[in-house]
Amino acid sequence: MTAPVLYLDGVSVVFDGFRALNSLSLIVEPGELRAVIGPNGAGKTTMMDVITGKTRPIAGEVRFRDHDLTRLDEAAIATLGIGRKFQKPTVFDALTVFENLELALKAPRGPVACLRWALSGEAARRIEAVLDETGLASRSQDRAAILSHGQRQWLEIGMLLMQDPELLLVDEPVAGMTDQETEHTAALLRRIAGGRSVVVVEHDLEFVRALGRRVTVLHEGSVLSEGSIDHVQNDPRVVEVYLGR
Amino acid sequence: MSATLASPAPPRAAAARNVLRWVLIGAVLLLALLPVLNRLPLDSALHVSDFVVSVTGKWITYAVLALAIDLAWGYAGILSLGHGAFFALGGYAIGMHLMRLIGPRGVYGHPTLPDFMVFLGYRELPWYWWGFDHFPFALLMALAVPGVLAAVVGFLAFRSRITGVYFSIITQALTYALMLAFFRNDMGFGGNNGFTDFKELLGMPLNTPNARAMLFYASLASLLGAYWLCTRVTRSKLGRVLVAVRDAESRVRFLGYDTTRIKLFVFVLSAVLAGLAGALYVPQVGIINPGEFSPGNSIEAVVWVAVGGRGTLVGAVLGAFSVNALKTWLTSVAPDLWLFALGGLFVAVTLFLPRGLIGLLRRREP
Repeated sequence: MTAPVLYLDGVSVVFDGFRALNSLSLIVEPGELRAVIGPNGAGKTTMMDVITGKTRPIAGEVRFRDHDLTRLDEAAIATLGIGRKFQKPTVFDALTVFENLELALKAPRGPVACLRWALSGEAARRIEAVLDETGLASRSQDRAAILSHGQRQWLEIGMLLMQDPELLLVDEPVAGMTDQETEHTAALLRRIAGGRSVVVVEHDLEFVRALGRRVTVLHEGSVLSEGSIDHVQNDPRVVEVYLGR
Repeated sequence: MSATLASPAPPRAAAARNVLRWVLIGAVLLLALLPVLNRLPLDSALHVSDFVVSVTGKWITYAVLALAIDLAWGYAGILSLGHGAFFALGGYAIGMHLMRLIGPRGVYGHPTLPDFMVFLGYRELPWYWWGFDHFPFALLMALAVPGVLAAVVGFLAFRSRITGVYFSIITQALTYALMLAFFRNDMGFGGNNGFTDFKELLGMPLNTPNARAMLFYASLASLLGAYWLCTRVTRSKLGRVLVAVRDAESRVRFLGYDTTRIKLFVFVLSAVLAGLAGALYVPQVGIINPGEFSPGNSIEAVVWVAVGGRGTLVGAVLGAFSVNALKTWLTSVAPDLWLFALGGLFVAVTLFLPRGLIGLLRRREP
């Protein structure tokens, strides 16, 4: 049995007496693509916050490989290899797609190092690879300001990939996307997973179906059901939560 | 590598850039000709007056100051309203050297002490005047003092994440405080009279056509050097990081860049360039006094950059020349109107030409 990349056990978070997470447990394997769904207030974003060190749990265990994430701050967790894409994309509008990726590339980050930086063949290949992976190769020299909503999201994912994370957390990537963009995003995330683990939080069930992988349903801060999309959709408890109100 | 790696700029933009390059080379050659034309006989149609040469020489140093401000403001988004202080400090450092060179030729004829020190009853040179009899030391101080001051102020401000208008106010207060300090006689910098009555520089008597030409060419060479340096910065990855810091600093930090160090680097570089500009300015105008620290001067320099077009180096230079040309003309025909014109210009540019004069030329690029 391989060791999980991400291991959450009995995690609880309380905000002013409100239990945002209630003894939540979740295991993500290396290379796995996992979708996390649930109604508003189910604790999806809080779960992401706990993993990235933004929120501290009052109880439970949060581990990334051998590291106890509850003891690390956001920057240290990012350096360990956990990348997070927020809902609102923040790419640099004044720079081209290529330049955005170049800034995200792992390289010395001091002012003098940046001044003397010359794009090596290997760095160029890394950027090319991510351009291909995200489907942005034809927009390489366009400024990020003129990208469509979907392309900005892919560029943001691309910037995370440049940092070569082992675990990628993606928060509602397809909100506001057209059907075609949604499909492209699902394909992109499927491609990315494998080399690394990806956790996607989403409400769009069609998108989750397109991902076609294991699904975890959260409700009131804990796991309600877990399995394939068909299994989950036929689970009477899920039906009750989603449709019964 | 594949074609996407080259930078295939749209052909029209590339053509525009080529035209601009030739216009710039032409402008530099024209400037370089001015001191030569100054030597033509007075009745020649091409003769250029002493006034034109000395005023243009002064504007060139202003253009260096404008580049310094643009590097910090236009690229990194650091709006300093106190760059006049760095300019003035550079000027004072060279002024101290010029004062030392007067030697016994002062009104009081003291062998070492400048006139104002004799007048104030100094017995010996204060320690902080030591070394200023050597030109290389004075030049070094003209660059180092602004640089160190910028490093201290920048470190304290950027580390505490003071940005935007708060940083502008702090720098404005800095130049005001320095002005008050330099007004004091017991500072040892000549009080409100400052330094003047300079005799020579590097063995050259000032106020001769030769000296004027040499200072003019030194300024022009410095402008070209500063332009080259700023181009190197803005075209490097550092330049792209600066633009990213300007537009979304927290996101840059999230990518793992220490934005405090990045901003500090560019702010210090900018202050050093401003000091260089001041050092070139003082021998040409023949005087430096605490008025150079006045807050209005720093604001005026920011207006040059805004008018020319911030975020483009050519724009900063263009702004320095055009606003000062306007000022020279207006202060001779209607001196009282200048401050209103300056304020009006700033408002008009902000409202109607957010990308400055250069934005008119480059309308196509977003």
